[in-house]
Amino acid sequence: MADLTSEFIGIKSPNPFWLASAPPTDKEYNVRRAFEAGWGGVVWKTLGSEGPPVVNVNGPRYGAIYGADRRLLGLNNIELITDRPLQTNLREIKAVKQDYPDRAIIVSLMVPCDEESWKAILPLVEETGADGIELNFGCPHGMAERGMGSAVGQVPEYIEMVTRWCKQYCSLPVIVKLTPNITDIRRPAEAAKRGGADAVSLINTINSITSVDLDDFAPEPTIDGKGTHGGYCGPAVKPIALNMVAEIARDPETAGLPISGIGGVTTWRDAAEFMALGAGNVQVCTAAMTYGFKVVQEMISGLSDYMDRKGFTSTSELVGRAVPNVTDWQYLNLNYVTKAEINQDDCIKCGRCYAACEDTSHQAIAVTEDRVYSVKDEECVACNLCVEVCPVECITMRKMDKGEVDPRTGETVGDYANWTSHPNNPSAATAAE
Amino acid sequence: MSNSQLTEGIAPARLDPESYCTNFADHAPPLGTQEARIAADRCYFCYDAPCMEACPTAIDIPLFIRQISTGTPEAAAKTIFDQNIMGGMCARVCPTENLCEGSCVRMDSEGEPVEIGALQRFATDTLMAKQSHPYTRAERTGKSVAVVGAGPAGLACAHRLAMKGHEVTVYDARSKPGGLNEYGIASYKTPGGFAQAEVDWLMQIGGITIVENWQLGRVGDGDLAELLGDYDAVFLGMGLSGVNALRLEGEDKDGIRPATEFIAELRQASDLAELPIGRDVVVIGGGMTAVDAAVQSKLLGALNVTLVYRRSRAEMPASTVEQEHALTHGVNIIENAAPIAIHGNGAVRQVEFAYTKKGEGGLEMTEATFKLSADQVFKAIGQTLGDMPPKVEVAGGKIKVDGAGRTSVERVWAGGDCTHAGEDLTVTAVAQGRDAAEEIHQFLMEG
Repeated sequence: MADLTSEFIGIKSPNPFWLASAPPTDKEYNVRRAFEAGWGGVVWKTLGSEGPPVVNVNGPRYGAIYGADRRLLGLNNIELITDRPLQTNLREIKAVKQDYPDRAIIVSLMVPCDEESWKAILPLVEETGADGIELNFGCPHGMAERGMGSAVGQVPEYIEMVTRWCKQYCSLPVIVKLTPNITDIRRPAEAAKRGGADAVSLINTINSITSVDLDDFAPEPTIDGKGTHGGYCGPAVKPIALNMVAEIARDPETAGLPISGIGGVTTWRDAAEFMALGAGNVQVCTAAMTYGFKVVQEMISGLSDYMDRKGFTSTSELVGRAVPNVTDWQYLNLNYVTKAEINQDDCIKCGRCYAACEDTSHQAIAVTEDRVYSVKDEECVACNLCVEVCPVECITMRKMDKGEVDPRTGETVGDYANWTSHPNNPSAATAAE
Repeated sequence: MSNSQLTEGIAPARLDPESYCTNFADHAPPLGTQEARIAADRCYFCYDAPCMEACPTAIDIPLFIRQISTGTPEAAAKTIFDQNIMGGMCARVCPTENLCEGSCVRMDSEGEPVEIGALQRFATDTLMAKQSHPYTRAERTGKSVAVVGAGPAGLACAHRLAMKGHEVTVYDARSKPGGLNEYGIASYKTPGGFAQAEVDWLMQIGGITIVENWQLGRVGDGDLAELLGDYDAVFLGMGLSGVNALRLEGEDKDGIRPATEFIAELRQASDLAELPIGRDVVVIGGGMTAVDAAVQSKLLGALNVTLVYRRSRAEMPASTVEQEHALTHGVNIIENAAPIAIHGNGAVRQVEFAYTKKGEGGLEMTEATFKLSADQVFKAIGQTLGDMPPKVEVAGGKIKVDGAGRTSVERVWAGGDCTHAGEDLTVTAVAQGRDAAEEIHQFLMEG
């Protein structure tokens, strides 16, 4: 079994699986259960300033979308930060950390955007013995309306300012949690880096309305006939999160800035993908909220098994391994020509490839009277749609070798060449100079 | 109660009263909403779907399953009924393993098809439970059609004609409409009076009158010429009223009867405990009627039930699923054997069989024989057409039809088991009745 020990910005944990700041980490009881189940660390649910805690709605807080067999694919919430007194949380954090010194405990924080508020809370957190802090600049509902959460995260200058205060008044490592509800994720990441952040974590939840009640004509979850946008998470957001993680990992301005990957991590494979794109570890919430804390056991065994297969002895060998292969469209090899191929032995003749190609793509699949489907190479642009819709994975893409003639274009497959030098590119001539 | 499974001869009440309820309960209980959703999610929505091609009524199966999965089972039912007005019955009795489900592409990948039959039942039951009928009649045409036989073919034909605005009178020889749905299908496939409920629901279209206890050609009822005089067109869907004989000496002994007769009696019994059944029952034949008779004999408390078929199990008209159904209910199946003698004094006591082998000229008897004890013997070796009006051309023992059921007689169409076309299945009968109605309509409107 591979060694999954993780060290993220100096914080050690037995594995790279942390629970994200969210309901599963709201109190001692849950966190103890999580550690017993095997989680490497937790980011304690966001604390606010001293004083009367926030209140939550007393109706439904979650909405969901489902796949087949009611498999939860996306979860939306309108819950706020912890609604328990600050002192209670601090006391519990201290107690748990004492009992689980080998696990990581990060404390998520969200206080008003002024120096005094941050100056006040930071020493209290440091006193608990926690391993680090995470600045919640992402929460998109409720708190944003009060000038916190994503209201801060959407203004890079504020991120930089608050991060700097935290580094100034606290000796703990600082992770800045980023909101995806922004045009370019690199700007807040750069700001965090300028402010001295030790790491960024992303993504926080995405503004969303999951569904509409078509009898009451109200968004769900519905509170007394009204609904509001919530934060979307779960497997459905993973592709968005992966892209944002990769953008930060490969941008020269932020390259090397440690990243804690968040967004729909449900299996070991999801975690490995985040790590390959540059995340030093991952944070999980929806998977635990759907299946309970035990899911971490599959993540541990799966990642370990994968690392053994790959011969990786440390998670650091995986982290960032795919980053060099994330590029801009313009650098993709236009002479990389593939053609779909249908394995007739495995084909079950459902015809989904045909319907997809014939109706919505390039009319590149032929069908015979007895339902034998085959690819017309002279029409196939290798779009991959047939591969995606095939339920039994019997279609693959065959790479044409250099020197072969593409029957669609009549052109010979040549060496690497991209758009920057393509004759149709108006800027190509300049670029070539 | 003194009878038991061990009681010799043909006796009622072999079981305790509760066993009859359990034994004859719905053998394939309906799917719940959640089960239906999960089952529906397995459909790939195939292009030019093979299941649809395999359905004699060409129901748009991928569409109706998608309608179920999106929470609109009534719309799904409408998709089914558009093609097959007896979609409710077909969902219960179709040999789906040979039709839609047998051609499901999941058979190739997993060997487990989408549960099309069960899903069809879920959709049709949902709509029918609302007692609403989704069709209305077109403007009245002033034309009238006589339909002979209130079975699946006749009723499907009548419904489609009524929908087109014609007036339809359906004549049936029995005292209840429904044909084999009411009299010929195993009870546990269609419990709860479903056959009559379906007829009542179908009749909500209006414009259909059913005349019961009326047999074509029987003195006092009427003949084809009279119908042609009274109506603009006639549809014949009277099914098969005769049964093939064993052609053995002693066939008239007590205890020997057609399986169809036994099944009909069972279906109409108000108290199954009163229905007598043999201790040792022998069923001769290899079709669905044979299986239905054998299984129901067992369910009524017969101690030993043996189904004997002259060819191999692979050649049995009853599907593998039907055969397995019989085996799991304790029916003993003997293949490659044919009856050669009936023994008994007054009532049957034993049936003697010879094993068969394939010869050049067909099946041949071998020297190897055996005897089976039998208090009761059910013959299920095929049914035959009853007396036909002289002008109606018959070929191979069945009414000869062209295209959508045109007979040799002008203005007369036919469909269902009484014709040579297609397999003798409820669903095939429905398709033929429907298609004949379309052609009759075209004919009437052109005329």
